[in-house]
Amino acid sequence: MLGVLSAFVGELRQVGIPISTTEHLDAARALVAVDLLDREVVRAALGATLVKDETHRAAFDLAFEVFFSVGRADGEGGDEAGDGGGRDAGLEGAAIGGAGEGSVTAEELAAMLVRALLDGDPDALARGARMAVSAFAGIEPGRPVGGTYYLYRTLRALDLDQLHSRLEAAAAAGAPQGSLQARLARDDAAERIERLRRAVEAEIRRRLVEDRGAEALARSVRRPLPEDLDVMHATRDELAAMHRALVPLSRKLAMRLARKRRKGHHGALDLRRTVRASMSTGGVPITPIFKPPRPHKPEIFVIADVSGSVASFARFTLLLVHAISSQFRKVRSFVFVDGLDEATRFFEESDDPQEAVLRINTEADVVFVDGHSDYGRALTLFDSRYSRDVTRRTSVLVLGDARNNYHAPEAWVLDDLRSRARALYWLNPEPRAYWNSGDSIVATYAPHCDAVVECRTLRQLERFVGSLA
Amino acid sequence: MSPRPEVEDPLGLEHVREPRFSSPDEVGAALAANRYLADPQAAAVVYLADRLVKPVLVEGPAGTGKTQLGKTVAEALGARLIRLQCYEGIDESKALYEWNYRKQLLRIQAGQAGSDRAVEWHELEGDIFSDEFLLTRPLLEAIRATEPVVLLIDEVDRVEVETEALLLEVLSDYQVSIPELGTVQATQLPLVFLTSNNTRELSEALKRRCLYLHLGYPDVERERAIVLSRVPGISPALALRIAEVVRSLRQLDLRKAPSVSETLDWARTLVVLGRDELGDQDVADTLHVLLKYQSDVDKAAKELLGNRA
Repeated sequence: MLGVLSAFVGELRQVGIPISTTEHLDAARALVAVDLLDREVVRAALGATLVKDETHRAAFDLAFEVFFSVGRADGEGGDEAGDGGGRDAGLEGAAIGGAGEGSVTAEELAAMLVRALLDGDPDALARGARMAVSAFAGIEPGRPVGGTYYLYRTLRALDLDQLHSRLEAAAAAGAPQGSLQARLARDDAAERIERLRRAVEAEIRRRLVEDRGAEALARSVRRPLPEDLDVMHATRDELAAMHRALVPLSRKLAMRLARKRRKGHHGALDLRRTVRASMSTGGVPITPIFKPPRPHKPEIFVIADVSGSVASFARFTLLLVHAISSQFRKVRSFVFVDGLDEATRFFEESDDPQEAVLRINTEADVVFVDGHSDYGRALTLFDSRYSRDVTRRTSVLVLGDARNNYHAPEAWVLDDLRSRARALYWLNPEPRAYWNSGDSIVATYAPHCDAVVECRTLRQLERFVGSLA
Repeated sequence: MSPRPEVEDPLGLEHVREPRFSSPDEVGAALAANRYLADPQAAAVVYLADRLVKPVLVEGPAGTGKTQLGKTVAEALGARLIRLQCYEGIDESKALYEWNYRKQLLRIQAGQAGSDRAVEWHELEGDIFSDEFLLTRPLLEAIRATEPVVLLIDEVDRVEVETEALLLEVLSDYQVSIPELGTVQATQLPLVFLTSNNTRELSEALKRRCLYLHLGYPDVERERAIVLSRVPGISPALALRIAEVVRSLRQLDLRKAPSVSETLDWARTLVVLGRDELGDQDVADTLHVLLKYQSDVDKAAKELLGNRA
């Protein structure tokens, strides 16, 4: 058990979860105190001692599934033998009779799964998932994969959409379209389908672990933590996870900045109050009293490329900057593709930044010709319309990959802006290695900026924005 | 339940300590008896906290029962609850102990007035820095208590990072050092809960000393059970429907998702209004009990009820 635990801790550290030796020891002591046959209690024990941040929980659960999955099969005998006719005896009610595994059709399996889902019976669900994986996944032993494709193949064969509508119909019981009950039925069905998806996923993972061992599989399925995900190449689920991580992130950042500001050095000596306070010490000014600090808050101008390739990066940055806008004197944001539009109004009109970002996508007037980024044109437009508002207090952030589609760079604009502004930064969501390849012209712009910063992950973004205020 | 090896007492305290619970299930049952339906994970963590003698750091969205967990454990154990409400600017004189200097001053003056000869300084010093002049604050109180105690340190994320250090000695060694008196060791080991709303990152040192528990929103089954146990006179069908509506609301992208306590408020409202069923109109009329922003109410009405208003 200690060996498994060490390997497990090693894997979590590999993912990036910080685990100290003390915590490792605590986990071992916790395992001594609990019933090792109860998988959920073991999970709780390890989770409570090893993972101290909720955003790391998904990574923990994934690794736990991989490292502690084999134990479950023990009580049920060998897997392949179990999938034969012997198991079907347990499926009374499922319309399969005494038939063996191979003869279960997709429809019969679907009917069985629907019943299991409606009853909310986890055992029946696991059984169904096992049969589905046997029938449809076509797992090829020994291949170094994470199982995503097997999952896809199984789920496609099960036809989830059809299962979903059957579940929904069962729950809605003829409620009119658009009514509350219909909506609840839909959400309910979605949750049950999600449960099925997870059961199938767990089953595939269990077989892969049997095939290749936990550590090998862990390497295949390993995924970075939300704050370390590459913004440009994140999948939809990962983007959603990052969105969830962004809210607490920005709140913490705002808190930290506010605290830093309040604590820092104090203002000028307040003579009147110092003299007044000296009365109590016989006119000797023992305690000098200072005026409350009035640190200057910077103004932030964000000029963001919102064309397809970098749109999600721009979205995250705008959300983060506006979420902590109280830390700045003023935040104005501009978005461009090959036209340019000010987006500040969307954030001002709506109290929900997420909604504001949505409105930028639909309402901002950013396309001029063809919807391909033209940095030169966008910068020239900015210069002619807004450069007057840029003052010595303004920090200008340009967001984009500097992939200019071979238009004119117009780098002189940056020189002009930089001479007016406090500082000019360029944030590039591409990995540094790709800069200046193809139509990327970072090198042309870089000499005109105070700094060009690689900003691929939320962590890097947070660190940069934190350094501004 | 098979007999388990004893967990070595990491603090090396001589006295034998009886475990308060024998299994996670027992924790769950004890909490349920006090009308707190814990998820299995929470029960397991409370059980471990007792066995490993470690504090529990409870995080999660507002209104999911973090504080209530500590209170209910105290109730279930019949222990005294000592609560330290944290706020920005709390210091050791509010959290640990304070010398009652007014009383000390009186003592000195009384000594001078009472007799002709000046009181020996040593005598006096020993006297004014004694128990009699010590004002205990929650942390010291929990350490010195002789009866069973549950210590609840609420909203620990509100204290400054520097002040967190005050807690560390109590949390890891269950002792408080007072320079004038020496070290006060715990005579019984209090069960400690810290709650945090996650407004800032707590220090590594604090997290390392604690077991971590995240209390999220419950699933439909558990929420229904919570509503049933907490709201008298509600019908099971209505409780289920309430839980389902709340689940759907939490899936929407709202500024403030409804918490469990808001669900309970809503359920009570519906009971007071005498509803047994939950029609579209009832939801529309009472949505503001659940949601605290007008934009959220509009969004929810649009999504759930199909109002295009």
